[in-house]
Formats: sequence, structure tokens, C-alpha cells
Amino acid sequence: MIKRANILKVVSAVVLCSAWEIAGRIPVSYAFPTFIDSMGSFFEMIGNGMMFDAYKETLQPLVIGVLISAVLGIGLGLWIGLNNFFDWLFSPIFIVMQAAPLAALIPLLVLAYGIGLTSKVMVVCIMAMPVIVLNTSAAVRNTPESFKEMGKSFLASRASILLRIVIPAASPVIFAGLRLGVSAGFIGAILAELKITPTGVGDIISYSRSIADYPSMYAAIFSIILLAVLFLNVIEKLETVLFKGNQRGYVSD
Amino acid sequence: MAMSRTNDNKVKVEAAEIGSAVSVQNISKNYGDVEALRDMSLEFPRGQLTSLLGPSGCGKTTLLKIIAGLLEPTSGHVEVNGKNVSGPGPDRAFVFQDFALLPWATVLKNVAFGLEMRGVATSEREAIAEKYIKSVGLAGFENSHPHELSGGMRQRVGLARALSVDADVLLMDEPFSAVDEQTRRKFQEDLLSLVQDENKTFIFVTHSIEEAVYVSDQIAILLPRPSRVSEIIRPSSFRNKGVNNIRRDSEYLDIVDNIWSSLRTYVE
Repeated sequence: MIKRANILKVVSAVVLCSAWEIAGRIPVSYAFPTFIDSMGSFFEMIGNGMMFDAYKETLQPLVIGVLISAVLGIGLGLWIGLNNFFDWLFSPIFIVMQAAPLAALIPLLVLAYGIGLTSKVMVVCIMAMPVIVLNTSAAVRNTPESFKEMGKSFLASRASILLRIVIPAASPVIFAGLRLGVSAGFIGAILAELKITPTGVGDIISYSRSIADYPSMYAAIFSIILLAVLFLNVIEKLETVLFKGNQRGYVSD
Repeated sequence: MAMSRTNDNKVKVEAAEIGSAVSVQNISKNYGDVEALRDMSLEFPRGQLTSLLGPSGCGKTTLLKIIAGLLEPTSGHVEVNGKNVSGPGPDRAFVFQDFALLPWATVLKNVAFGLEMRGVATSEREAIAEKYIKSVGLAGFENSHPHELSGGMRQRVGLARALSVDADVLLMDEPFSAVDEQTRRKFQEDLLSLVQDENKTFIFVTHSIEEAVYVSDQIAILLPRPSRVSEIIRPSSFRNKGVNNIRRDSEYLDIVDNIWSSLRTYVE
């Protein structure tokens, strides 16, 4: 039997695509193609290899940036959450990073790091890291005190308390931050390609817009959303595999 | 191991001859300007259950956590079996008011947690954990998660976890306050037989006068601001009359009344 949740996912996707198709046929704007036209371009670009070439470019800063953000972000978040001094030292940086108008800061990054991969990775990191760090540190700080006391009184070492109690207890909020951070990272990757140098998917978007090939432009946007959704599902699966009991709620509920 | 000791129990003698398993000497604890405990001394006879009873804010949980090694006293010291306490140790196990079970772990893993932290091998610790899960009446729930259990069953898991590490001293912080009244009565009866069967020293924090008198060999009445031991009561006559007769014993009723009359002025 197909699960109800999966049926609902399909239904909502169908509704969204139909709305797109209708809006394209009205049309709401000459620059807004129908769903079917966009899909035509989408498969055409997959067929002629253009899409793969584009993603070869785009995935580099995206994957590197997201990996750095996830590893460094969770690490720093744990550190900030466990230590008041590091909270005082680092938290403001990430709060500023999260609130900063990134598009306006990109020229500065280009000035400092050039137009290559480094700048693009930086943009992805600035988008993805703050929410990962802030969520992780908040989650760690909110570990129930009695869990930690339980660990101590049953002679757990500091490392065991961290690995066996604090991290599993914080994992739902850490993963929520990871999901938000990764989506922001996708936005950052495209933003970098639009604002720094047009390469990869960003190039398809800006080039097809300049020649008024709107179906291709929306096909490229669609592809990046699709990839982001797939990736978020992978993260969700990872969470269920790593922390099985987490969807089951807390003892004190 | 616990089984072989049961024979000694039959010769339960008066407190003075037994000696203390835990000795609290001149403990003071300040939180900034607030004096939580002042110069408190108390002896806990071996193999018996001592209750810490008092109105809220009298520092009974603070004292328990100092004995557990979870809190540092500002001055004074605690001895367990003649050894100075400087932190949590294998001679003490803690039962928490809010159970403190790990929600992502099964009952078996929760019970085995203490043994795991002591470095006991997987198969051995699971065998021990299974034994204690059975002894608290939760056989068949080994692979359940805490959220699938009722409040009473969760505290049985907490108790099994504390028993499985086979510590000499069991520290219980209002262990039955979060379970319903009927379960609570059953727990109190079970606790009495536990004190009989296991040769362990129990330190039991409660705010219920009836509960303290029902389960205790010795009751320490704590009064607040600043916290001090005002009285130590040792019920003598009803302990061996059987669980069903305690609540109508005249000494039981007298002690409950006396404690209430000395505490009532401190309850606002």
C-alpha cells in the first residue's frame, strides 16, 4: 500500500504544477512560460548535456560550501553552546552574518578573494552557516539539565555526555538548522553565479533571460529547486537512520 | 551479588550498632548571597531508608545532590563508607524525579546505561539489565521506548537503572511525585520490600509526610531559612507488622500528626 503522506506529496506537486500551467496560459506575464514549455526545455537541456555541464560548475561551490558549513557550523555550534566564552566571542559574528544583506556585500568578497571558486564558496557559507551554528548552539544549550545530571551520576565521562546525551538530545534542532542552512546554501550558490561570474546554472538563467528564452530560464530554476528538495529528503532520511528515537518525543511530554 | 547479601538482612539491628553508610558533616551551601544549607550534619544508617522531609525550599534536594557529588558544598564534607566524596562515584546511584530517561534509547539501553559507562561488555550488561527489568516488573518491555510507557513504568525503568549498577547507596529524589496516587502506593510497598531484600542504604527525598513515615526507618525533618535538621524521628513499632497494617497503626498516625504540627508554620 502507498502511504498517505506520499500520496499527499504527489497531490501537492500536481496542484502546484497545474497552477503553474494555468498561470502560464493566461498568461500572467509574457516572461512567464507554461509548465509544459518549461519541462520541454528542461528535458531538452538534459538531452543535449547542457544541464549536466552546468551542474558540474554549480555543484562545486555548492557541495564544498554546504560541507564546510555543515561540519564547521555544527562544530562551532557545539562549542558555542557548551562554553559561555565562545558564545560571547562568536555568536555576534553569526548573528551579523545572518542579518547582512549579502548581495550588497558580494563586491567586497570579489575584491578580497577574486571571481573564482573561493568567493562562491564564501557566498554559500555565509548563506548556510549562521542558521546551522545558531540552531546547534541553542539546541545544545537547551539540553535538559536532568539528562546531564543523569550522565554525571552514572559516571559518564565528559566525552560520553557530549556524544551519548547532548548531541542526540540536540539532534532534532540541529537537523532543522541543517535543513534551513542547506536550502539557504542552494540560494547562495545561484546568487553567487548571478552576481560574481555567470557559470553553470546561473549562466543558463542569465543567458536565457537575455535572449528572452524564458522556458529555459524557468527550467533551470526548476532544476535547482528539484535538486534542493531531493537533497533535503536525503537529510531527513539521514536523521531517521542516525537518531531513530527522535520522532518519538521526549519523556516529559 | 545482591542475592547473596540477603541473609545479613535478618540481623538488622539498632542504628547505633549498624554504623553509617553515609555521613554528612557540617555541610554549608551558598548560592551567591542565598544560604541554601547551613552547617548541616546527618548520619545515614547502613541498610536502612532515611527520608529527608521538609517544606519546599528547605534544601532537601540540594543536600541529596551534594551527597550524589553533583553539587559542590561551600564547606563541610560528605563521607560514603568512610571515604570522602569529591564527585559522583560507583558507590552511589541516583533515581530522578523526572525519570531522566533517554527518549531515543530503548528500555534495555536506558537500564544498561550506567553499566555501559562503567565499561561493562555489551552481552554482560544486557544480561544484568534484563534481570533488573524483570525484577521491577517490566519483562517484555525491553525494546520499548520511554514514550510508550506510563509514568509509573518510566520510573520503574529509572529504578532498574539505579539498581543495575549495584551501588551501596541509592539516592532517590522525590521518585514517586510524578506518578499517580495508586501507582505511588504500589511503589511504596515495593520500596519496603526492596529495603528488606537488598542490603542497600536508601536516601529518599519527599514532600509527602505520609509517604516518609510509611517507608522510612529514619526521618530527618529539615526546616528552611537557613536550612537545618530540626528533628530526627525513628518509627519503631509498625515496621514489621506488614504493609497492610502500617496506615492504621497508632504510632504511624501520631508521627504523621506530629510532623504536620511542627511543619505547618513553615508552609505559606
